[in-house]
Amino acid sequence: MYFAAILATLVTMALALLRAVRGPTVYDRVLAVNMFGTKTVLLLAALAFLFGRPDFLDLVLVYALINFIGVFAVLEFFRYRAMRARQGQVEAQRE
Amino acid sequence: MTTLFGIFLLTLLMITGMAIVHTRNLFVAVMLMGIASLLIAASFFLLDAADVALTEAAIGAGISTVLFLGALALTSERERKRRRSLSTSSLLQFGIVGVVALIVIWATFDQPRLGSPSAPVQAHLTPWYIESTRDLIDIPNAVTAVLASFRGYDTLGEVVVVFTAGVGVLFLLGTGASSRAAGAPLSEDNAGLRHYLIPRILGRLLIPFILLLGFYVQFHGEYGPGGGFQAGAIIAASVILYALLEGEQRALSVIPQGVLLAMMAGGTLLFGAVGVAGIVLGSNFLDYSVLSEDPVNGQHWGILLIEMGIGITVAGVLISIFHAFAARATA
Amino acid sequence: MMDIAIDIASWVLLALGGVNLLIGGIGVLRMPDLYTRMHAASLTDSMGAILVILGIMLQAGLSLATVKLGVILVFLLLTSPTAANALAASALLAGVTPRTGQSLHLSDSEARE
Repeated sequence: MYFAAILATLVTMALALLRAVRGPTVYDRVLAVNMFGTKTVLLLAALAFLFGRPDFLDLVLVYALINFIGVFAVLEFFRYRAMRARQGQVEAQRE
Repeated sequence: MTTLFGIFLLTLLMITGMAIVHTRNLFVAVMLMGIASLLIAASFFLLDAADVALTEAAIGAGISTVLFLGALALTSERERKRRRSLSTSSLLQFGIVGVVALIVIWATFDQPRLGSPSAPVQAHLTPWYIESTRDLIDIPNAVTAVLASFRGYDTLGEVVVVFTAGVGVLFLLGTGASSRAAGAPLSEDNAGLRHYLIPRILGRLLIPFILLLGFYVQFHGEYGPGGGFQAGAIIAASVILYALLEGEQRALSVIPQGVLLAMMAGGTLLFGAVGVAGIVLGSNFLDYSVLSEDPVNGQHWGILLIEMGIGITVAGVLISIFHAFAARATA
Repeated sequence: MMDIAIDIASWVLLALGGVNLLIGGIGVLRMPDLYTRMHAASLTDSMGAILVILGIMLQAGLSLATVKLGVILVFLLLTSPTAANALAASALLAGVTPRTGQSLHLSDSEARE
């Protein structure tokens, strides 16, 4: 019964991976990684029940909670990079 | 069926790995590393190794991406173009790598098949661990028993490695204390993601839950998957999330650098002290049985204390490394 | 009788969730620009996740596992739209413009020119 859902999740993961590899913009890749993360949550939840090990759900909980930290780190990174580019422009104008 | 899923996941992992090697843009490589980590965790899960999968989840899902990006902020995003010409030395390198790879593949034929019940490790050591856990320690999760008690030496070594790695990174990057002492007030530029209203609200909502989950993983490790390493990483993730959302300075005023350094050393020392306590009370190093009247109860105390030490050290090291990168980038 | 009904309901939910996931996955690959791809990805994150987890919950019955699944679902529904929102805002600020009109039909490489 879980087989269909797991298979669909796996195929979706493959499609997301393809998007992450192809890009073209960095945002596409971030989007693909984020999507990959939520698909992993679903995959692990279904696998836990397929194996009859519901106590493994703790792990899925960890993923559901801290997976999105990566996205915020990326945003902070973009912000930092834009800030540095601005500073570079200001210094170039001064010279 | 498990085999099918495993092959699928490993194929995806291989594609990801090749894409990481192929790309020249390091940011793309970091993103793909995130996917690789998720795939590895799913594979561990498939092999029923929940404790390892939890570690990979706690470290790989958030923290490693954060630290990679922190490193990337200090360097350039593009990898330098390498020379493409095939010289004799590169052919030689290729030949050596090829020969070694063939030898390694050949050597695997001598190994027992993965998970084979007749493998030596399954025939002697594993049954002993499984049976002795019930008699000597009496906790449901045998992995915790092996990690914390039977192989306490190894785990102490691992914690010392984590501590040493943290000290090494701080030596390379500095603790950032000097630039901060110069008095950098909360300027617009280092205030984190303050402009993103929705993430900030959500982050405020979720940080307590992440912390709670961290403590749950810490103290529930004897019963389910989890333990100090995972809990330390999850707690560090919550602090790092706070730092990303509210700015690094705020996070540092919640847990100052001195406290973090004390955590790094204190956790490792706590682990060592529990080991020495075993000697003082008349037994061997890291033998927890003597910690209480009842040997089984003593084991429980010992495991609780050393897991706490592990958690404190891991959290301290990860947060310190994050701050070291962040301070370096804003300096 | 009740068991069979629950099994069928859970099967239907899981299958529908799987279909949603696949549609979203294909969308992420085939849609023309970032924002439409984001739209497709959010389909898998919301509808797919809801259906799959509800399907599993029906199987789990009344237990701690169901509570945990519910918590996981709530966290997923909170975090992934937030991440998508922040990502879209950041992309828009950085000057990635949504494609409209004729340019929708161009491929990525053609649109960049």
